[in-house]
Amino acid sequence: MRLAMAQINTVLGGVQANLEKHLALIDQAQDGGADLVVFPELSLTGYLLQDLTAEVARMADPQDPLLQPLLDASRKIDLLVGFVETDARHRFFNSAAYLAQGQIVHVHRKVYLPTYGLFDEGRFFAPGAEVAAFDTRLGRLGILICEDFWHASPPYTLWLDGADVMIFMSASPGRGLDTEARLESARWVEQVTQAYASLFTTFVANIGRVGFEDGLGFWGGSIAFDPHGELVARGPYLDEELVFADLDQQQLHRARARLPLLRDERTDLVARELQRIRSSEPAGLRQLGNPPEA
Amino acid sequence: MKKSEIRLDINTALARKILTSFIHSEVTRAGFSRAVVGLSGGIDSAVTCMLTAEALGPENVLALRMPYASSSPESLDHAGLVIELTGVQEKTLAITEAVDALLEQIPAEQRVRRGNIMARVRMAILYDQSAEFGGLVIGTGNKTEILLGYTTQFGDAASAINPVGDLYKTQLRQLAEALGVPEVIRHKAPSADLWKGQTDEGELGFTYELVDQLLFLLVDRRHSPEDCVSAGFEQRFVDTVVERMRRHQFKRVMPPIAKLSNRTVGYDFLYLRDWGT
Repeated sequence: MRLAMAQINTVLGGVQANLEKHLALIDQAQDGGADLVVFPELSLTGYLLQDLTAEVARMADPQDPLLQPLLDASRKIDLLVGFVETDARHRFFNSAAYLAQGQIVHVHRKVYLPTYGLFDEGRFFAPGAEVAAFDTRLGRLGILICEDFWHASPPYTLWLDGADVMIFMSASPGRGLDTEARLESARWVEQVTQAYASLFTTFVANIGRVGFEDGLGFWGGSIAFDPHGELVARGPYLDEELVFADLDQQQLHRARARLPLLRDERTDLVARELQRIRSSEPAGLRQLGNPPEA
Repeated sequence: MKKSEIRLDINTALARKILTSFIHSEVTRAGFSRAVVGLSGGIDSAVTCMLTAEALGPENVLALRMPYASSSPESLDHAGLVIELTGVQEKTLAITEAVDALLEQIPAEQRVRRGNIMARVRMAILYDQSAEFGGLVIGTGNKTEILLGYTTQFGDAASAINPVGDLYKTQLRQLAEALGVPEVIRHKAPSADLWKGQTDEGELGFTYELVDQLLFLLVDRRHSPEDCVSAGFEQRFVDTVVERMRRHQFKRVMPPIAKLSNRTVGYDFLYLRDWGT
């Protein structure tokens, strides 16, 4: 499987301009022989939308004029794009749509909305309620959006649900300048991305965006690791690029023959212990931040 | 953490790449290709000018020297070094006449008032030249002076974008060295040069090196003032800096608007400046 990671800059709130850039890169990815082209988080809208959130939101509807040209393009190559989704009740989600063969195959709604420090997503978005893998012609995949993979449980859930390729879509503002050649935010993301590939003996790719929104600079650095946790491909920092990564899916066979972590995973134990922790009074509940179930 | 263990060292190549990209992005998406920088002869504006020249090309940058009668002639020469080094366009517009007309009413001993007039006249000229040259005004204020409020509001603090505002003075010095800012500029005592013999460190009462370490602990590392005293900073110094930061918050924010309607600029009318670009 040939993955194209479209590390792009976007126009803030400029959906039409972003769509045109998507279509151009889709052509390039296809020319480069890619099977799937992935764009970063909120690739069709820009990231720091604030009050633009509601203005650029749309339903995940095949008739939508924004999605239609993308669905047409998806007859030739699979696509994963980021957008603001609204549901019928007018809740807005930070979503990603997997498009293939002219169909919307899967929509992931970002579950963990960072609302601290420089982030304010919880103010504008509703959180998603599902983390699920899904089948494609390229195998069973899973999608997470940025903060989703800062938590360990969504990648773990995707692993159990059968995702052999995990695609992370990010819009990560660069921060933490010290003496290192990479920003602290870049180091952290690359470290955990590689760790997930190693721990889950699965492919993991993170597609980042570049460009600035006011003073925030997105660092790019798209990267893909194989099921041994080894680097497959990486994009530049801070500059746009279409980065190709060849994922040899036979590696899953070899990696899991060597290291049968998936085979040995004790999901029954996890479920039991989670149940115990969730029901234990009072510390467990407080730690999970969940109200007791009635 | 002990005071002696605090490091503010930065990767200057990475800073340079990010800041030149920032300048190019934020100037061009605002519909401009050119920029105007006030060049004082000091290190902050030298760094800003060099970054801007690198980002936009020297032919697209106008460096303005705006001396007052009492300004040190060295300042003018040092600014000249940067102009020569970068090849940017240059204009020298003395502010003496304009300032003197305003200073007539201000007693000589009220130095801060007089200094503010100079800073604001320079701002007015920068923005006028911005219109003539067709370039955005690039800010030169560093993180140390922004946090301490050691600036003139609507004076030297005024700009369209500020590439160096998240670098402490000591970090900016590292970047200056990497960019090749002449040694004579890097090694002289920092001064606003608003009156004879004025130096930043003399006026503030402490060195940049020391206060940057304290600010780094308080701001970047979120330590409490008590932690900072335990780390080895003097209590009185910590108190002074903490209070200075608090007292000058007004210089760091837009003027608050009294809320009356359901949607008010600054509270619940929220768009980035880059809206639509």
